[in-house]
Amino acid sequence: MSQLLLDVNELTMRFGGLLAVNAVNLKVRNRQIVSIIGPNGAGKTTVFNCLSGFYIPTDGSVLFNGDQLAGLKDFQISRKGLVRTFQHVRLFSKMTVIENMLVAQHRHLNTNLFAGMFKTPSYRRLEQEAMDRAIYWLEEVDLLQHANREAGYLAYGQQRKLEIARCMSTQPELLLLDEPAAGLNPFETKELDQLIIRLRDEHEISVLLIEHDMGLVMGISDHIYVIAQGTPLADGTPDEVKQNPDVIKAYLGES
Amino acid sequence: MRGSLYNAIFAAGITLVLACLMLGVRLGAEGTTLAVTGAGADRWGWILAGVGVVFFGQLFANQVDALFGRIPKPNLSALKPQGSSWNTLKPWLLSALVVGLLVWPFMVSRGAVDLATLTLIYIMLGLGLNIVVGLAGLLDLGYVAFYAVGAYTYALLSEYFGFSFWMCLPIAALLAATFGFILGFPVLRLRGDYLAIVTLGFGEMIRILLNNWTSITGGPNGISGIEKPTLFGLEFSRRASEGNQTFHEFFGIDYSSGHKVIFLYLIAVLLVIIVIYLINRLMRMPIGRAWEALREDEIACRSLGLNRTVIKLSAFTLGASTAGFAGCFFAARQGFISPESFIFIESAIILAIVVLGGMGSQIGVILAAIVMTILPELAREFSDYRMLMFGLLMVVMMRWRPEGLVPMKRPHLELK
Repeated sequence: MSQLLLDVNELTMRFGGLLAVNAVNLKVRNRQIVSIIGPNGAGKTTVFNCLSGFYIPTDGSVLFNGDQLAGLKDFQISRKGLVRTFQHVRLFSKMTVIENMLVAQHRHLNTNLFAGMFKTPSYRRLEQEAMDRAIYWLEEVDLLQHANREAGYLAYGQQRKLEIARCMSTQPELLLLDEPAAGLNPFETKELDQLIIRLRDEHEISVLLIEHDMGLVMGISDHIYVIAQGTPLADGTPDEVKQNPDVIKAYLGES
Repeated sequence: MRGSLYNAIFAAGITLVLACLMLGVRLGAEGTTLAVTGAGADRWGWILAGVGVVFFGQLFANQVDALFGRIPKPNLSALKPQGSSWNTLKPWLLSALVVGLLVWPFMVSRGAVDLATLTLIYIMLGLGLNIVVGLAGLLDLGYVAFYAVGAYTYALLSEYFGFSFWMCLPIAALLAATFGFILGFPVLRLRGDYLAIVTLGFGEMIRILLNNWTSITGGPNGISGIEKPTLFGLEFSRRASEGNQTFHEFFGIDYSSGHKVIFLYLIAVLLVIIVIYLINRLMRMPIGRAWEALREDEIACRSLGLNRTVIKLSAFTLGASTAGFAGCFFAARQGFISPESFIFIESAIILAIVVLGGMGSQIGVILAAIVMTILPELAREFSDYRMLMFGLLMVVMMRWRPEGLVPMKRPHLELK
């Protein structure tokens, strides 16, 4: 069994009287694709917000690579190697594609003001390395020919891919994707499917996925968690989840 | 047609009310009491004519718009040579411009050079505020506070410790930056309107502090007799102070008060060139990209591991240090400063320069600074109506060119 990367215990999030997430447990191992599914409003995105530090969970613990994430700010969590995308594409739309990639690598660059003013060798070298990494990932998602275009002018599917490439250029260990297939056509979904599998197999990272496209989820997930109304309902391999009567009931209603 | 008739009557009515209040009646002293006097018949004629123009202008606004629409807009970008020829031409044009700036003061009157120096100060201030407002998108209404910090730094250090201008220049910038940092730290988690209000308060605080700390700053009387900058120790006064030499003695030429004015102008040119270079580099550096990114989408920045506090703080601090630079030079040029020079209206004018020029655009800000300082001088006869014209200019700009004189074109990083 490979090593445990993310270990979430009894994660709870309360907004006033509303229990949005209720004692959710999650485990993601190295080189694994794990999915969270559930009806709309089940609290999946809230889980993501808690993990990435946008919300401070009411209760529970999050261990990433054995370290507690509680108390860390959002940008500190992302620097530890846990990076997320958003349900709605969030690109810097007036900047070029390549600039989007470089902003993501901000902390890998030499941000010393004097180094930048005088273009010291270390500044140039780090800038070049960031450029190379940006080019590498743009090629990986097949966007290199659009490198100089403004990100806002890309087609929707391309924007989705750019968002993933931008996250990957920060060199994460765990990628959190929030409905990456939303709004994609079947062909683009197929491409995304291949990309996520490549991220696991070739780039050896783990992916935690929220998705409504069952074809995609069932096809690529190593493990699936089902949440309904903030509460864990079931978990297991795709086949186990498909057969679980509780899951069927939650999705299709009582017969 | 009916709609535009109502509109025209409404607009004409407003014009009439405003014009009556501002131009039609005048408050004056009559003996020991105040009295309101009406304007003469000829002025009423002008007011009514103005109201008529507004009425018919509004009535036929659509037709007039259509008429103007038919006039082809000049395509300015076509004037700019394309591609490689522009790249070879650019350094030549820039050096010609710099040489022109250096030679020009020797050919014109003293007053013109003095005005140019003032313009250069506003250019510096505009460029500095442009970092904060235009590039990082933080609305700062108390920018003049940092200008005051810079000015008082030089005035006080020179008065009490005899520091020279050149020594104080970096100190003023550093101190203003420190103030920017101190102010920025608690307030940068605020956004938009809230940030604007807090900075507005900070600007007033500094001014009131300077006004009331009489024992050190001289209060409303200000500080006078601030030393002028020297050229490697050479003074520009008629007679040298103890143990120094004057510029005209050293070179064996006749004394002329014009030398000092030209020297100050040249320092201002030098400072502006340094500021432009630094900001140009900043925009292409990671920090410049981060400012832009933060302005576009703060949440995405946070998710990518950018520390927004550090990034905003750097914009605030760098903008403040530019103001400190400008303030130090301002104190040296004036020779006298008082809190009166650092009132809120100054902040507003600097902000107007940035907005008029086009947020984030350096050339735009420079042009706007020139317009804003030279126009009032040209229109001296209308000096009573300066604020009126200022307001009108803003309204016109926001109506027809909200993106500013020269909209920002960021230097996009491109892949070769």
